[in-house]
Amino acid sequence: MAADAALARLVDQVCSARAQRSVLDIRGGGTKAFYGEAAQGEPLDVRPLAGISSYEPTELVVTVRAGTSLAELEAALADQGQCLPFEPPHFGAAGGGAGGTVGGMVAAGLAGPARAAVGGVRDYLLGATLLDGRGQVLSFGGQVMKNVAGYDVSRVLAGSMGILGVICEVSLKVLPRPVATATLRFELDAGAAIRRVNEWSGRPLPISASAWWDGLLVLRLAGAAAAVAAAQRELGGEPVPPELAAGFWAGLRDHRDEYFVAAQAAVEQGASLWRLSLPQVAPPLVLPGSTAAAGNDPHEGPAAGAPAEPMLIEWGGAQRWLCSRLPAAQVRAAAQAAGGHAVLFRAQDKGAGVFAPLPEPLLRIQRELKAAFDPDRIFNPGRLYPQL
Amino acid sequence: MNAPAAQPAPGEAAARAGRQAEVVAALAPLLPAHALLWQPEDTTPYECDGLTAYRERPLAVALPETEAQVAALQKACRALRVPVVARGAGTGLSGGALPHALGVTLSLAKFNRIVRIDAYSRTAVVQCGVRNLAISEAAAPLGLYYAPDPSSQIACTIGGNVAENSGGVHCLKYGLTLHNVLRVRGFSVEGEPVVFGSDALDVPGLDLLPLVVGSEGMLAVITEVTVRLVPKPQLARCVMASFDDVRQAGDAVAAVIAAGIIPAGLEMMDKPMTAAVEDFVRAGYDLDAAAILLCESDGTPDEVAEEIGRMTEVLGRCGATRLEVSRDEAQRLKFWSGRKNAFPASGRISPDYLCMDSTIPRKRLADILLAIQQMEQQYGLRCVNVFHAGDGNLHPLILYDANDPDQLARCERFGADILETSVRFGGTVTGEHGVGVEKLNSMCVQFSPEERALMLAVKRAFDPLELLNPGKVIPTLHRCAEYGKMHVKKGLLPFPELERF
Repeated sequence: MAADAALARLVDQVCSARAQRSVLDIRGGGTKAFYGEAAQGEPLDVRPLAGISSYEPTELVVTVRAGTSLAELEAALADQGQCLPFEPPHFGAAGGGAGGTVGGMVAAGLAGPARAAVGGVRDYLLGATLLDGRGQVLSFGGQVMKNVAGYDVSRVLAGSMGILGVICEVSLKVLPRPVATATLRFELDAGAAIRRVNEWSGRPLPISASAWWDGLLVLRLAGAAAAVAAAQRELGGEPVPPELAAGFWAGLRDHRDEYFVAAQAAVEQGASLWRLSLPQVAPPLVLPGSTAAAGNDPHEGPAAGAPAEPMLIEWGGAQRWLCSRLPAAQVRAAAQAAGGHAVLFRAQDKGAGVFAPLPEPLLRIQRELKAAFDPDRIFNPGRLYPQL
Repeated sequence: MNAPAAQPAPGEAAARAGRQAEVVAALAPLLPAHALLWQPEDTTPYECDGLTAYRERPLAVALPETEAQVAALQKACRALRVPVVARGAGTGLSGGALPHALGVTLSLAKFNRIVRIDAYSRTAVVQCGVRNLAISEAAAPLGLYYAPDPSSQIACTIGGNVAENSGGVHCLKYGLTLHNVLRVRGFSVEGEPVVFGSDALDVPGLDLLPLVVGSEGMLAVITEVTVRLVPKPQLARCVMASFDDVRQAGDAVAAVIAAGIIPAGLEMMDKPMTAAVEDFVRAGYDLDAAAILLCESDGTPDEVAEEIGRMTEVLGRCGATRLEVSRDEAQRLKFWSGRKNAFPASGRISPDYLCMDSTIPRKRLADILLAIQQMEQQYGLRCVNVFHAGDGNLHPLILYDANDPDQLARCERFGADILETSVRFGGTVTGEHGVGVEKLNSMCVQFSPEERALMLAVKRAFDPLELLNPGKVIPTLHRCAEYGKMHVKKGLLPFPELERF
């Protein structure tokens, strides 16, 4: 079988890398190659290990090989009226290509607009088969919703950036697509938008996503038709036509939205795109403006009296995007002071480190975990942290 | 199966007494006098948890009152290389809080303060010893509640729920403990403060929260938990459907899901179970049905009306012989009363019963029921069945008399057969009761030696000296001979007044 042969080849590649003391750069579609610290080592292409191993819609579980394209998986689910509720982003591949893979989705651990309402990649991961640094193929978790047999190793793979091993196959919980959705717009400032979304979220309303930018809050409702209709009557706001709304949420998810297009242009001119992960209710962060426009000397720091840095706010306030030339330390400190952390999501110069530094003893534990899974540091060394 | 803890040999006893004196001397300065117990009459109440078949007396029981005391105790125990077994309310069903004979039991019962409940952020910060139900009670005036509802929720603590990743009847729609906990705070084995998770929705680096949740106290000692609260549904209604064939009932479960419905609860009882509970609660169950399904919808009145309509349509189409929708809250609770009293009802019809806790893919529900019916013939014992059908989580209760050694032996083989069959059907040996000591043997079946070795390495990453609840969850090689099971002797299940399901 093709999958068995593909797995056998991966095992061989890992064993020979181990024997030669070389390093592997685990790759799927390459759509998230920009993310994290710089990749190093020989590419290990997981895409030959592809295909849906089992999918029974009435079990609400799909088991899929890591090299399968995310688009293919989502199409198979859509055929049965189901979906990955956390809306994983589809980023564009450099030079075209078939797009991201399921393995990359899990390793990067990124989720789209529905994250705050429904949970993230980790929450839908029921089991995984992993190729570890000794060349062993190991399975953890399973294909059932409730399973407390042993440590929940599979869920740790979500967001692990491939440092623990090669994700070979995963079982994911899937859900029916919502029967009805509606998108509403409200004119509100950032503080009021965060307040409103959080207040609404404390009521039994089917809120599934929110985004705020430049004085406008966009809110998505999803659920039973009756619940969506009732919520729409209750909340008011200006309805957004469905086609326009679908395009907006997909653009936001995949970073094709005009905000991200502009941010990408600014990054090419030397700005940094930061992802701030904060408690949902944190008030708007006031960072003195550095003006993301091209031509500013990043070492000069913010101009006195400049307006506050604008942010795109998602997840009811839990995810905020900042395109800025502010010094990394200042952004990190502000995120930390607000109870969260900042990720240097896109930048030409990632010298300041992509992920916020870990406190002891978490760094010690993570170093030990890396050693347990990958004692010879074959897999994606340094991709998450230089020490891991 | 409720033998007292084994008595050590005389030489061993002297060594143990010496070790005990050493440990007590080291810990006594760290705690008020009343917070350290070591006399047998004081430590006996701690010798088991909800799994009474296994008992062990610890060297000492420490009842710290402050986090500083927890840190100091951890440091002292580590210096002496003494195992530490954290304990909440002791309601666990798998022996996760069974003391270590040469260890200290760390009772966290005094950490029972609700630190903060915040409607705006829909979170509650609570100490680990706060009872599960107390969180929902405190949040109720705000229109919020904590969703996971293990059957022992009136007594079990949030710290224990975190240790076991506890479920309940609403998991399919609302998730397990992991999905409802944002952040836990506590102490590493070295006594250093640690935080896993965050008030934000993700953390930098590896996400260790899913390892810690469900780790049965083997990776860190948790003292404070931040949970997510969710809006209380305005309304819940329940459909009770009878089927005259178990396969039809199993197919109906799949059909409900296939229709795109995620019920708030979806439970099943077979005919013998229905007879046992009807005799106990008199809820008016259909005694002619081969299986009864309880299917619940919650949400806004409009939403519930729409969903109940779809549910009854699907269940009717699947051949339900009787369909009844709860008219009001009183009737809804009545529908549930039998399901929630399945354990005590079984206790009334048999001297003893053995409770299993495996999970299978939903589509195999009818297959496993029919297989269990075959096994009843094969082993000459009766078995009554309740399922969290929506999750495929089974609780077959094998009825037997422990005073008859032959029945006990047949019962154990029967239980082993059910677990084996569950694994063969693509399931798992424990859905929600945890491994503890009870299912150590079953772990051998589900995981390869390499997988178990990696789990042990995960433990060592957190706890290099293996001092936190050692000997639980991950079996040693020589244990891998037979499956584990739970024995309950009539009347000796702790907290018999609690609903068990």
